[in-house]
Amino acid sequence: MVNLKINGKAVCVNEGTSILEAAKTVGINIPTLCFLKDINEVGACRVCVVEIEGKDRLVTACNTPVEEGINVLTNSKKAREARKSNVELILSQHDYHCATCVRSGNCALQSVANDLNIHEVPFTEKLTKKQWNNDFPVIREEEKCIKCYRCVNVCEKIQGLGVWKVLNTGSRTTVGIEGGKDIASVNCAACGQCITHCPVGALHERDDVDKVLEALEDPKKVTVIQIAPAVRAAWGEAFDITREEATVKKLVACMRKAGFDYIFDTNFTADLTIMEEGTEFLTKLTKDPGSLPLFTSCCPGWIRFIKSEFPELLAHVSTTKSPQQMFGAVAKSYFAEKIGVDPKDMYCVSIMPCTAKKFECSIPVMNDACGDPDVDVVLTTREITRLLKVYGVDVPATPEEEFDSPLGVGTGAAVIFGATGGVMEAALRTAYFVVVGENPPLDAFKDVRGLKGWKEATYDVKGIPVRVAIASGLGNTRNLLNAVKKGEVAYDFIEIMACPGGCAGGGGQPIEDGCELAGVRGENLYGLDDIADLRFSHENPEVNAVYAEYFEAPNSHKAHTLLHTDHFHDGIKDYK
Amino acid sequence: MIIRRYVDLNRLTLTAQSRADAVLEDLYKEFDLRVAANPQGLCPIDAVLSFVRLCQAQSCGKCVPCRVGLGQLCDLMEQVLDSKATMQTVKLIEKTAQSVYETADCAIGYAAAELVIKAVKGFKDDFVSHITNGVCNSSFLNPVPCKSNCPAHVDIPGYIALVGEGRYADAVKLIRKDNPFPSVCARICEHPCEEKCRRGLVDAAVNIRALKHVATDRAGVVPAPKCAEKTGKKVAIIGGGPAGLTAAYFLNLMGHETEIYEQRAKLGGMLRYGIPVYRLPDAELDSDIDAILSTGTSVHLNYSVGKDGTFDEIRANHDATFIAIGAHSDNKLGIEGEEAQGVTSAVALLRAIGDGERPDFKGKNVVVVGGGNVAMDCTRSSVRLGAAKVTCVYRRRQEDMTALAEEVEGAKAEGCVIATLMSPVRVKSAEGKVVSLVVQPQIIGEYDAKGRPAPRNADVPEQEIPADIIVVAIGQSIEAEQFGKAGMELFKGSIVTDAGCAIKGFEDVFAGGDCATGPATAIKAIAAGKTAAANIDSYLGYEHKISCDVELPTPKLVNQPRCARINEKEREAGARCKDFDVFEYAFSDQEAKQECSRCLKCDYFGYGKLEGGRELEW
Repeated sequence: MVNLKINGKAVCVNEGTSILEAAKTVGINIPTLCFLKDINEVGACRVCVVEIEGKDRLVTACNTPVEEGINVLTNSKKAREARKSNVELILSQHDYHCATCVRSGNCALQSVANDLNIHEVPFTEKLTKKQWNNDFPVIREEEKCIKCYRCVNVCEKIQGLGVWKVLNTGSRTTVGIEGGKDIASVNCAACGQCITHCPVGALHERDDVDKVLEALEDPKKVTVIQIAPAVRAAWGEAFDITREEATVKKLVACMRKAGFDYIFDTNFTADLTIMEEGTEFLTKLTKDPGSLPLFTSCCPGWIRFIKSEFPELLAHVSTTKSPQQMFGAVAKSYFAEKIGVDPKDMYCVSIMPCTAKKFECSIPVMNDACGDPDVDVVLTTREITRLLKVYGVDVPATPEEEFDSPLGVGTGAAVIFGATGGVMEAALRTAYFVVVGENPPLDAFKDVRGLKGWKEATYDVKGIPVRVAIASGLGNTRNLLNAVKKGEVAYDFIEIMACPGGCAGGGGQPIEDGCELAGVRGENLYGLDDIADLRFSHENPEVNAVYAEYFEAPNSHKAHTLLHTDHFHDGIKDYK
Repeated sequence: MIIRRYVDLNRLTLTAQSRADAVLEDLYKEFDLRVAANPQGLCPIDAVLSFVRLCQAQSCGKCVPCRVGLGQLCDLMEQVLDSKATMQTVKLIEKTAQSVYETADCAIGYAAAELVIKAVKGFKDDFVSHITNGVCNSSFLNPVPCKSNCPAHVDIPGYIALVGEGRYADAVKLIRKDNPFPSVCARICEHPCEEKCRRGLVDAAVNIRALKHVATDRAGVVPAPKCAEKTGKKVAIIGGGPAGLTAAYFLNLMGHETEIYEQRAKLGGMLRYGIPVYRLPDAELDSDIDAILSTGTSVHLNYSVGKDGTFDEIRANHDATFIAIGAHSDNKLGIEGEEAQGVTSAVALLRAIGDGERPDFKGKNVVVVGGGNVAMDCTRSSVRLGAAKVTCVYRRRQEDMTALAEEVEGAKAEGCVIATLMSPVRVKSAEGKVVSLVVQPQIIGEYDAKGRPAPRNADVPEQEIPADIIVVAIGQSIEAEQFGKAGMELFKGSIVTDAGCAIKGFEDVFAGGDCATGPATAIKAIAAGKTAAANIDSYLGYEHKISCDVELPTPKLVNQPRCARINEKEREAGARCKDFDVFEYAFSDQEAKQECSRCLKCDYFGYGKLEGGRELEW
C-alpha cells in the first residue's frame, strides 16, 4: 500500500494506482479528456495535470502512479492555470462551431472548457481541413480532431484492426488512414467503435436523417420502419426519461408521431433468422458435419471483417441474411403484396444500433424483393434522436403504443439478439425444440450470456454434443478465428458480433463519454426476454403465418431467394 | 562585464559580450545537446525547414539571396508540408536554393542553401509523399531511442528500472530476451544506445553500459530459460562467434537442435580472438558462453568448414544453416618491405593473446598502423606486453580516428604515442628483420566524397620511426570464397544477404555478422544472430516467441533537475598498463542508483505510452 496526500486528504491505495484513481477514492474529481481507462492512458491532452509539492513540473494524473509520501495538489493555481492553458491550446485547433456539431451537449471538450470557465481563446485559430469520403458510414472531420488517440487505440487494442494510425510528425501530427488512403479502400469494419469512443465530434456516422425526412414528407412514399432489438435498450438515454420509461412501445408511439406509416419490429425477422439459420445449422450438423463450424451472419461489421481478414473462412458463414435485410426483403415482397402497394413506392427505414448496417443496406445484391434496395436507409439510434427533435416530438409526454401488424411481433428469443450470446441462445432454444420435439428449460443455455469476449459451451442435444462459441469485439474474434484455423479449438456453431458486448454496445448507440453501457443495456434486453409471453422463435405466430402464407418452410426455395444471400457474390470487388 | 565609461574620448574600447549574446550563447549550447540527441524517424522536411529558419535568423540581412531567398524557401517548404504544393514547387525550391547558394555573399547564406539542396536530393520521396498523398512518409517510430538504436533492440529502460531496484538477476534475464551476451556487452559494447538517449536533451546520455556492468557483476549465475518443446529440426551454425552463438541460443530456446562448427580451439570468435582480455576478461566471456551452451548446443571445435568437412555436407545434414564466420583475415598495407620479420597483423597479435600466449615485447619499439578500435587494442596490448615505446601511426588527425575517443585517450594515458598525419611509405629492415617504418607526414585538407577530410602529402621530408615490431591494424577481411563458389553472391568479399539474413537462391541458408556486413561491432553481430534465429524459425514453419516473464517495477517519477552523468572509474594508467587485468570499475550502489534515476523512461513517458514502447516478445 502507498500513503500519500491529495489536496491535504490522506489517501492509502495499492501500489501502481494512478493519481486519478487515488483521487476518486476520496471524492476528488480531476478533469480528463483523452483518458479512457485501460484503452487510452497515453497522457496526450495534458488536461489532467496536477502538482506534486516540491516538483517543478506537473504530472498527468491519469497515468502517473502514486508514490509514497507525495503531496498532490489537484487545484493549485499552477495546476489550474496549466490545465486551462492546455484546453485553450486544444481549442485553438478545434472547430468549435458547436451549434452545428452532432456532439454539442455531449462533448468532452465542450464540458471541460465550460467547467474551466473558458470564455475566449487567446490563440490564433488554426484549423486544418482534410478530404474525406463522405459516402462511407464513418465520417471524420480533421478540423475537430483533438488528437487524443482514443480511436487509434480502440481500433488497435479492442478491435484488432488498426485502421486509425498516427500520421505525420511534429506539429502536423494527426490521425488518419495509413498513407492518407480512402477509408473505403482499407480493412475498416465500419463498426463505429471509434465513433462511440471519440470525445468530440471528429468522428460520427454519415447522417441520413435528411433522406428520411424527405421520404416522410413525400406523399407517394409508404414509409415502413423497423426497430432493432438493441435500440430499445438505449434510445431513451438521449432524452430526459428513465430506462424504465424508455420502452420500445414509447418509441413506437414517437415514430408514429414522426409520421411513419408502418412501425414494425426487427424482432420479427430475428425470429425468422432463427428459423432459417437454425435450420441451416441443423442440416449441416446432421448431414454435413464436415462443413462446420457455421458462423452467424447477422453482424455486417463481422461480415466486413471476415471478408478482409479471413476470406478463407467465408464459406463457413451462414447464408442467412441479417434480420435487418430479411425485414426489408419481407416488407417489400410479402407485406407489400398484402397491403397492395407497389414495393417501388415503399420506403424502408431501419433504426439500428450500428453504423455497419448503413453499409449492409447498400450491398448491391441486397435488392431481392423488387430490384430496389430492400432497406433504403439505416438510421443509428443517435440519428433517431435527432429525427425526433426535428419534428419536436415531446418524448416524455408520449404514451406507449403498439407495433403495427403483421411484422410487429417478436419473441424473447429475438430481443436478446441485441446482446452478445443472444443469437446463439435463441438458436439453441429452437434447435433443441426441433431435435428433441419439446421446448428446453428456459435457463438451459444461460452459460452463453455475459460480457466475456470469448465464451464457449457444449450442449447435449439428444445425444449430439453441440460445441458452441461466442465472440464479441473483433480483437477477440481474431483470436478465436486464429485458434480455429490452427486447430487449437473446435466448434460447431459460432456467434460473432463486431462490437464488444454485441449490439447493445454497438457503434450506433448513444454515447456517454467514458462509459461502456453494453452491460446494462444487455441486462435490460434479458429482462425483456424474462417477461415476454413468447420465448421461442418457433412460437412466433406471425413467423408461422408468413411461412404458411408465403415461404412454405425454412430453407425452402422461396426462402432462399429472399432470406438468404451469397457472401461470395455480393457485387463488391474488395473489402480492403 | 559591466562597462563604465570614465572618460568621454576613449580611442579604443574593449569589446564585451552583451548580456543577450551571453544568454544566447548558453542557449545555443543547450540546443547543441538537442541537435546531438535528435530523435529519429521524424519528418525530414520539417526538420530542414526549422534549420533554414534558424539560418534566416542568423542572416545579417544585407544581401537579397539570404534575406529574401531563405524566407521564400521556408514558405515553399511549408507549402509542401501542408500539402498545398505541386511538383513544380519542388523544382522552384531546388532552383531557388541553387541560386542562393551561387549568389549569397557569405557562408550564412550559401551554407544554408546547401542544406536545402541536400535535402531535396536526399529525401525527394518525402517531398513527393507530402504532395501526392497529403501525408508524411515518416512517423514517430522510435519513441524509445536507446532501444531502437540498439541493433538487438534490448529493453534498456526495462533493465535500468530493474537495476534501480537492485533486481540484478531479473535485469540479466530481461537483457537475455534480446541478447544472450549481457556480460560481454557490459564490458565492450560500443553502446549505440547512448547516442540518441533522450536524457541527452537535458544534460547527457545515461551511462547505459555501466548500468549493465552493474547488473552482470552482481547478478551471480543466472540460469538460462527453459527451451520449448523439441521440434526435431536441426540447424547448423558455421562459426562460434557472437552471431553464431546468439543464433544457437535463441534457436535452442525455440526447441530446435543446433550444432556449431568452430574453426578455432575455443568459442567466442572475435570476442575472444579480437578483444584483449584487459577489456573483456575470459571469465566474463565464458559465463555468457556457458549460459548459451546450457541450452543444449553441440559444438565441434577446431573444425574448419572446407577442410574438415564441406559446406554442402553440412547443409545436406541439417534443416537450415547459418553462416557466421566473421572477418578474420587481415588487410595488408601493400608497401615495400612489409614481408620483413617483425611485421605482423592485428588479427595475429590479438589471436595469440586470445589463445593465452603473451608475446614478449619487452624493451621493443612497437609501431601500430591504423586508427580504429582494433588499432587501439593492439596499441594498448603492446604496452601491456612490455614494449619500451608504442607508437600508433595514423594518416589523419586524432579527431578523424574511428576508434572511440576514450580508447585513444586511454592509450595516451598509458604512455602510447599517437602519431597522427603520418602515412606509411616503406618498412626498412636489416637482415630480414624490421628496423623502422618510414612515414610521409600528411596535411589534412578538403573533404572526400564520403564526407571525411582527406590527407595528402605535406611538403616536408619523410620521417623514420624506429620499430622492432610493426602491427598492421587497417581492417580485416572475410574468407568467404568457398561460399562464393557454392553460388552465393559476394560483394567486396562479404556474403550478400537481405535485411533478414536470407541469401538469394538458398532458402535454407542464412548468413549474418561480420561475414555479411564487413567488420562491425559485437552488438551488430548479436543482432544478426537474433534476426537469423527468428527467420530460421519461420523458415522451419514455426512461430516461436521469445519473451521474458520479468515484471517491471511501477514507473517512478523522473528525476527532472539536471544531473551529471557518472562515468566508470578506471585503474590508474601507470598501473593498468603493466598487466592484462580489467581496468574499469563497476559503479558503487550509490552511483548505480543515481545513474538509474537519470533514465527518463521513454517506454512509459512520451510517445512510448502510445505506441512502440515496450516490446514484450519477438
